[in-house]
Amino acid sequence: MEAIENKVVEPPSEESILVEAARSGNIGAFESLVRRYDRNVFRIAQHITQNREDAEDVVQDAFLKAYQNLGQFQGQSKFYTWLVRIAVNEALMRLRRRRPERMVSIDEDVKTEEDSMPREIADWSPNPEQQYTQSELKDILGKTIQGLPPSFRTVFVLRDVEGLSTEETASALELSVPAVKSRLLRARLQLRERLNKYFKRRDGDSRP
Amino acid sequence: MKCSEFLKELTDYLDDTMDPNTKAELEEHLQWCHNCYVVCNTTKRTIEIYRGSQLYELPDELRSRIHSAIMTKCKCHQNSLEAVESVKDDGVATTGEKPS
Repeated sequence: MEAIENKVVEPPSEESILVEAARSGNIGAFESLVRRYDRNVFRIAQHITQNREDAEDVVQDAFLKAYQNLGQFQGQSKFYTWLVRIAVNEALMRLRRRRPERMVSIDEDVKTEEDSMPREIADWSPNPEQQYTQSELKDILGKTIQGLPPSFRTVFVLRDVEGLSTEETASALELSVPAVKSRLLRARLQLRERLNKYFKRRDGDSRP
Repeated sequence: MKCSEFLKELTDYLDDTMDPNTKAELEEHLQWCHNCYVVCNTTKRTIEIYRGSQLYELPDELRSRIHSAIMTKCKCHQNSLEAVESVKDDGVATTGEKPS
């Protein structure tokens, strides 16, 4: 006997209504999609390229490509995940152009597990980020994430900064879920290790 | 549970995407292993600090410049598509005409 499935028909999301309208030539609908996601795409682009001008170009090129290829968007994934995939590819292409001497690929699997094993186990001060001004903190975080391989910082930014799920990150990067998890673990551990020197508890810090 | 086994599960633990039994084992390990407790705690803080950092925000002025550039390019693309369509339509009309 066949199992009876209760199929729940969900109402179309605001995003899918805008995408459908944009596909039918409503440029105003596409403009709304740009406004909805331009900040996210810029953040992702700058995290990957680590260059402001490149990030600006990536945002423009990614949205233009999305507009030109709306007809090919199947609607199997969210529009945002599809847009992120386009933006990540554009950003990696820019990075390759800027650093032709280094292989830049989302597939690169840098070294082994040992590169992420914690070396320094030091507890941090309570609210360590408050020891620095906003601009000092941004400088520290920027320099720290810049030191990660592009494939690690891409996974970290999508998953932990932008809040995509592991599955959405895998889909946007065309990686398997285990590959995303492995890179994410190593990215998180490497960032933690590098932030130790700024945030670790020093003698004289009051206990929480 | 060894510390290396704990580390392997750290991402799922922090994301709270694991079965209750494994979670209980990890929490039992955290009770007595100070090193793993510190690594877990500081990794969690790393994520929170980055998430709340507003690193690489798009300033309003740059945002409006990028926005205008995108929409200009999209309209250009739309116009060129419409021009191609109208040439096609004219072609069909011409070829479709029967000689009088």
